[in-house]
Amino acid sequence: MLEITLFYIAATIALVATVLAMTRANAIHALIYLIVSLLAVAVIFFLIGAPFAAALEIVIYAGAIMVLFVFVIMMLNLGEEGDARERGLLQPKIWAGPALLSLLLFAELLYMISTIEGPVSSQEVTAKEVGLALFGPYVLAVEIAAMLLLAGLVGSYHLGRRYLEREE
Amino acid sequence: MDGLNIPLNHILLVSTLLFSIGMLGLMIRRNIIFILMSLEVMLNAAALAFVAAGAHWGQPDGQVIFLLILSVAAAEVAVGLGLVLQVQRRFKTLDMDDANRMRG
Amino acid sequence: MAEMIWLVPLLPLLSSVLLMLGSASFPRLLIAVLGVGSVASAALLTMSIGMDFLADPQPFQMTLWTWMQVGNFSPGIAFYFDGLTLVMMSVITGVGFLIHLFSTEFMEQDSSYARYFAYLNMFVAAMLVLVMADNLLLLYLGWEGVGVCSYLLVGFWYQNSANGQAARKAFVVTRIGDTAMALGLFLLFTELGTLNIQGLVGAANQQWQVGDTLPLIACLLLLGGAVGKSAQLPLHTWLPDAMAGPTPVSALIHAATMVTAGVYLIARTHGLFLLAPTAMMVVAVIGLATSLMAAFTALMQSDIKRILAYSTISQIGYMFLALGVGAWAAGIFHLMTHAFFKALLFLGSGAIIHYLHHEHNIFKMGGLRSKMPVTFWSFMIGSAALAALPMTSGFFSKDQILLQAYQLPGAGPWLWLGGLLGALLTAVYSFRLVFVVFFGEAKTQTEGDTGWRMAVPLVVLCTLSLIGGYFVIPLDQVFPASSGDHPAHWVEYVSISVPLAGVLLAYLIFHSGQLNVDRLVNSSIGQSLRQFWHSGWGIDWLYDVLLVRPYYQLSRLMKGEPVDAFYSLVVALNQTFNHWLAESQTGRMRWYVASMVAGLILLLTMALQISLEAG
Repeated sequence: MLEITLFYIAATIALVATVLAMTRANAIHALIYLIVSLLAVAVIFFLIGAPFAAALEIVIYAGAIMVLFVFVIMMLNLGEEGDARERGLLQPKIWAGPALLSLLLFAELLYMISTIEGPVSSQEVTAKEVGLALFGPYVLAVEIAAMLLLAGLVGSYHLGRRYLEREE
Repeated sequence: MDGLNIPLNHILLVSTLLFSIGMLGLMIRRNIIFILMSLEVMLNAAALAFVAAGAHWGQPDGQVIFLLILSVAAAEVAVGLGLVLQVQRRFKTLDMDDANRMRG
Repeated sequence: MAEMIWLVPLLPLLSSVLLMLGSASFPRLLIAVLGVGSVASAALLTMSIGMDFLADPQPFQMTLWTWMQVGNFSPGIAFYFDGLTLVMMSVITGVGFLIHLFSTEFMEQDSSYARYFAYLNMFVAAMLVLVMADNLLLLYLGWEGVGVCSYLLVGFWYQNSANGQAARKAFVVTRIGDTAMALGLFLLFTELGTLNIQGLVGAANQQWQVGDTLPLIACLLLLGGAVGKSAQLPLHTWLPDAMAGPTPVSALIHAATMVTAGVYLIARTHGLFLLAPTAMMVVAVIGLATSLMAAFTALMQSDIKRILAYSTISQIGYMFLALGVGAWAAGIFHLMTHAFFKALLFLGSGAIIHYLHHEHNIFKMGGLRSKMPVTFWSFMIGSAALAALPMTSGFFSKDQILLQAYQLPGAGPWLWLGGLLGALLTAVYSFRLVFVVFFGEAKTQTEGDTGWRMAVPLVVLCTLSLIGGYFVIPLDQVFPASSGDHPAHWVEYVSISVPLAGVLLAYLIFHSGQLNVDRLVNSSIGQSLRQFWHSGWGIDWLYDVLLVRPYYQLSRLMKGEPVDAFYSLVVALNQTFNHWLAESQTGRMRWYVASMVAGLILLLTMALQISLEAG
């Protein structure tokens, strides 16, 4: 019972924080809300018996990736006029159309998941099982992920290096 | 505890809502940093759905896919933020509507 | 002398090349000496070679070099010399020399003196190659060579677009026949494996039986070439228009030599034609039909050169008739005599035209007898020979043709009757010309009679036209002998008297006026018939309606490239779509994202639809 209550609280926090993150004018504020949202999702992971995923969500998503965002925003130094500008753009006539589209998609997805029934298992899936699956049947996917990360590394190095050189 | 567990479709509902919100953000924001954040939200929503499905069956596969999504997100953010720096340098703005040199 | 034979075509060719290269700087005298001299020396060479040959009549073959070597096909630049070659060479160089001489005076005022002689010499060279060729490919080279020269000379005064039109017509119409001939050559080569004329005939006689289909097809294709070149039905329409060229050109190319190339071709390949009796019958019928058609047309013309042109067509029709009935020697004999008297007539008309300020209409002439005596007598003699009056050269040749036609089993007497009608008409129209032009009242001023360079060829040709009938041409070895027996005497008498009757008729109608045909001519039938004959039996009109105008319309249609329209449509559609799609490339990322989302929704809807229907 406690778990279910905690799930609904976490879900509400995640949704509200995400909406707030999407609508902030200031990037740092938005980022803080996004981190809150990610932490809430981590709680959900924990509640549905995936502690390993929850830990990764906190460490990599809320930690590493978001910190990267913070660094870049700091580097760019957007300032107050950027905030004002962003605020001016959040007009109903701008978001009405996209909102309709999102709503449509949401309705369709809702229809699709409406037939799914049953609870999640309370059985915990431990990090050990995940590790065995990862380096067992999914080892090829791990290789691919490694290559993807390498490509990301090379790409970001390339883009960032030129940026730094020109600035000097 | 059976019967009192979290219903799967509620988790999926949360995931779907997160996804839709992320997509809405993608469509209404013009600042490239917010666009990247929206992408993160969408990826996260998808990851949530995977993990929930894995938990439903009591299998580790969902978390494995979560890991893969995580690496995709990490790589995407690394490259995306590099691009943000370049955009800022070249166009002196982060507004993607002003950086529309590829219009037909 | 025989080994010098290669010099005969080479001399005019060299002179032609010289004249082409140096035309701007040569003085007129040099041009004339080169032009006439080269042909004169070729004529002398031919004469001495001919003397040798007559003393020891042995055909010989001479290969200069191999032209090309493709597989087992190796035509040589090789000459073959026998009686037929000798006759043709003599006519070409002899008559050619006289016409060149005539031209030096005729073309004196022309600014393109050198160009004229360059073309004329090239023509003589090409024509010599044609008749001396040992294989059909070399013959074809000469054949096309004379075609080109004919084109160049018909359009000699190219500043007038009508002349260019006539030249094009001559070229295009003969091209139709040439194509048929080329096909014939292909057929002969694939079937017999050689184009060497002697080898060809030998192989044909071994492989084919008389009456087989293949020799028939081959002969008809060769006949197609001959019909085009010799202006026979149905490809004769170019010759009257070809009179746009200078008159000596008409005399040389369009009367004496080139147009008889078809006759030569058939005579040369008679071994093949003997294998295809049907083809021979076709030759005879075409010849007779052409001869009659052209004779009727000549009767109605008023342009002096057109009369002569139609008479040429008609006379070549006679030669075809002779070839068709197997009277090879008679056909070639007529070719020779015709070359004499028709060249004479053309040169005479050239003299008239020259001294009458380019007047062509015979009804504006008249009374020239006393003013131009030399021309008058040449015309008298030429017309007499053309009409085949007794003792002239034309009499002997035409008489032979008619008698041998009569002897042909089956259709013979009918061919003979048609030939007689043609002979009657020939006499009428040729003496109509004489009476209208030289008798009666003078209607125009002349500038005196011909100078010596014009007079000499006329006199020589007069003599040849008179005595040409007594020449014995050495064709016995070339052709199979015709049957020696003579038909009944009355046939001969009729053949002799018909031309005389024609002359009398012409005298009564056109000179004394005792026979008044005005009523007949002015009746409605007479008028329309006259119109019909005048237009050459409407064949030009027919071709115009059937071929030329549809072709023009087609090309006008094709100018808009309707076939490409479909593909242009594809291009235009693509461009439009591209434009639309390019419009969608706004460069705004939100627009792209929204599009992707819309697409996603669409796909999802479809997937749902399918899953619902499935289950």
